[in-house]
Amino acid sequence: MQLSFKKVSDQSGLRSLAELGPGEDATLVRLDLPHDFANRLMELGFLPGSPVLAAFSAPGGDPRVFRVEGAEIALRRETALQILISPAPAAAH
Amino acid sequence: MSSCHGDGNCGPATLLAEAAGASGPGSRLVAIIGPPNSGKSTLFNRLTGLRQRVANFPGVTVEHRLGKAQVRGHFDVDLVDLPGIYSLSPRSEDERVAHDVLHGRMAGLPRPDAILLILDSTNLSRHLTLAAPILALGRPTLILLNLADDLRARGGDVDVDSLSASLGAPAVLISATTGEGIEAVEKFLARGIALPRPVELPILQDVPRCRQWARGVSEEANYRHPAPPEWSRRLDRVFLHPVWGPVIFVIVVGAVFQTIFTGARPLMDAVQAFVQISGDWLGRLLGPSLLKSLICDGLWSGVGSVIVFLPQILLLFLFIGILEDSGYLARAALIADRTMARVGLQGKSFIPLLSAYACAVPAIMATRTIENKRDRIATILIAPFMTCSARLPVYTLVIAAFLPDRPFIGPLLGTRAAALLGLYVLGFVAAVVTARVLKSSILRSERTPFVLEMPPYRRPTLRSLGLRVTERAEIFLKRAGTVILGVSFVLWLLASTPLIHGAPPPIEHSLAGRLGHTIEPLIRPLGFNWKIGVGLICSLAAREVIVSTLGTIYGMEPGKDAASLQHALQRDLTPAGAVSLLVFFAFAMQCMSTLAVVRRETGGWRWPAIQFAYMSALAYVSSFLVYNLLSR
Repeated sequence: MQLSFKKVSDQSGLRSLAELGPGEDATLVRLDLPHDFANRLMELGFLPGSPVLAAFSAPGGDPRVFRVEGAEIALRRETALQILISPAPAAAH
Repeated sequence: MSSCHGDGNCGPATLLAEAAGASGPGSRLVAIIGPPNSGKSTLFNRLTGLRQRVANFPGVTVEHRLGKAQVRGHFDVDLVDLPGIYSLSPRSEDERVAHDVLHGRMAGLPRPDAILLILDSTNLSRHLTLAAPILALGRPTLILLNLADDLRARGGDVDVDSLSASLGAPAVLISATTGEGIEAVEKFLARGIALPRPVELPILQDVPRCRQWARGVSEEANYRHPAPPEWSRRLDRVFLHPVWGPVIFVIVVGAVFQTIFTGARPLMDAVQAFVQISGDWLGRLLGPSLLKSLICDGLWSGVGSVIVFLPQILLLFLFIGILEDSGYLARAALIADRTMARVGLQGKSFIPLLSAYACAVPAIMATRTIENKRDRIATILIAPFMTCSARLPVYTLVIAAFLPDRPFIGPLLGTRAAALLGLYVLGFVAAVVTARVLKSSILRSERTPFVLEMPPYRRPTLRSLGLRVTERAEIFLKRAGTVILGVSFVLWLLASTPLIHGAPPPIEHSLAGRLGHTIEPLIRPLGFNWKIGVGLICSLAAREVIVSTLGTIYGMEPGKDAASLQHALQRDLTPAGAVSLLVFFAFAMQCMSTLAVVRRETGGWRWPAIQFAYMSALAYVSSFLVYNLLSR
């Protein structure tokens, strides 16, 4: 796990959480967010290595609700853009 | 469900208290702590019933509850309900308060003798993270796995004994709503419990490590995650639907509005009638005397004019309670977030602003849910622009005096209703513009991260709604009995001195009248004369006071003779002056209670001073412009 403060770079082939389509799931990889905010999200369940599922979105499409460890958490797109994911392992769910 | 909803006497603590009688020796302090939505308050209400009060910690704006649970006559246990937190690292204000209380560093509160850690058993692997810092305190701790009924109903399970063993502290499954397992809590409160057995805990600063530890512990205890609440999803499919979601949102907000205004009307009329009748009765009892003037015309009508708003405020809190307890409020905040973001605020500002249409005071208290300090202050500063119910009597009077009621848009909307609607829009626009200005200048902040946990939908209990409404009624009446009473007394004094031959002078020669004359040069450019000036001075205490003051000045009862008050106003105000007066009331900060609550919530006089200066300046300049443009 690493926390970095630079902008999203795509070299690793990782996608951002914002690109996750409704009903799709993935594995959380990294939170490119300020330390305190990243910690807060991790306490809520956005833990690198954990599965995440895109659930509902607000009627305008933003913010969106993500399901982590049985909880549903709403994040704005600008936050979701800073959270990196990799495809969910095939065995998941 | 238990059979005792809404009945204040059904908590086991109360039952035990009745059986046990007097309290035993000594008194202990027990803290209830847990993550948000874990059922802390439900448990607290169950254990204490009505023997609780809300308090603010010194120096911070975080509210906490203190209550007494009498248990088996052994001890009189003091319970403190701390804010909902996910960790004990003092990052947010809530967390700092919890941290300080548990370490015994909170002024005015001893270190708790024991801790009730309440966790949502349907969310155990996540909520267990909080157990690490709490157990690390080394205090006697009982771990309550709440929502046990929900866990079983949805096919989840956990081995409580094994969980206790790996945590080194006793754990029990309970349901704070139904009362299941509460005996264990009582036993703990009555007898106390041994210190926790030291177990290996993760390094608290390392959040991922803590989470992994929590997951490990829950796996060891064979925790089976309950199936997701399918009906909650189904409700979300409707409430967050791209089309129906906003429609329902508007209907809900509209219904709240409609009820506050029309539904509360009969109740308000009843309170008004009560104030009137009891005032008349008091007047007859006292006979014509200075004392009668003080008690009836001064104090009783002053306090009465504010108590009239009690039904509205209670209905508002009932609605907010239902919306919050049911889980819809979080969805409403989600829907409102995008729109609020446009003016630089966030979804959580929406509820306080909605409440401000009834009264800015509860609205400002409701901003506590906004964690970002700058967003919170911005919301506090714009809330008084929303058209509160105290402006309504003023608007109604002036509009009725100057605008004939004709159909405006078809038969549905008359000219008067349209004018009233226009004033609501005016206040709203002022709020939005102010928010933009504040958020791009003195309250500029990083785009606030918006994080909101969506609680599952739950059925609100009568018991918790009843407690909320009673609590607010108490706070409101206390204020009416102190602040408003004091202001009414001062006003009466100003209007009745100096005495001429032992009798109060005509209003023109009273201190209040002279004050009106003194400020006349200042308000003449706005189109107001000294009589309106007296009304403005008096309305500094509370907006609606201007109606009763003008009634006094013109020597008539405003309630009994609304038409003649309108005629009198027509003599003293030009139509342009009337519009100017309405604009003044839309913008000016004429409410002591609001200023007092802003001071309390922001912890100093700085923000209320800025707010007062800004709103007064805006009111003055706008009225000046409007009057001069219209009188041309």
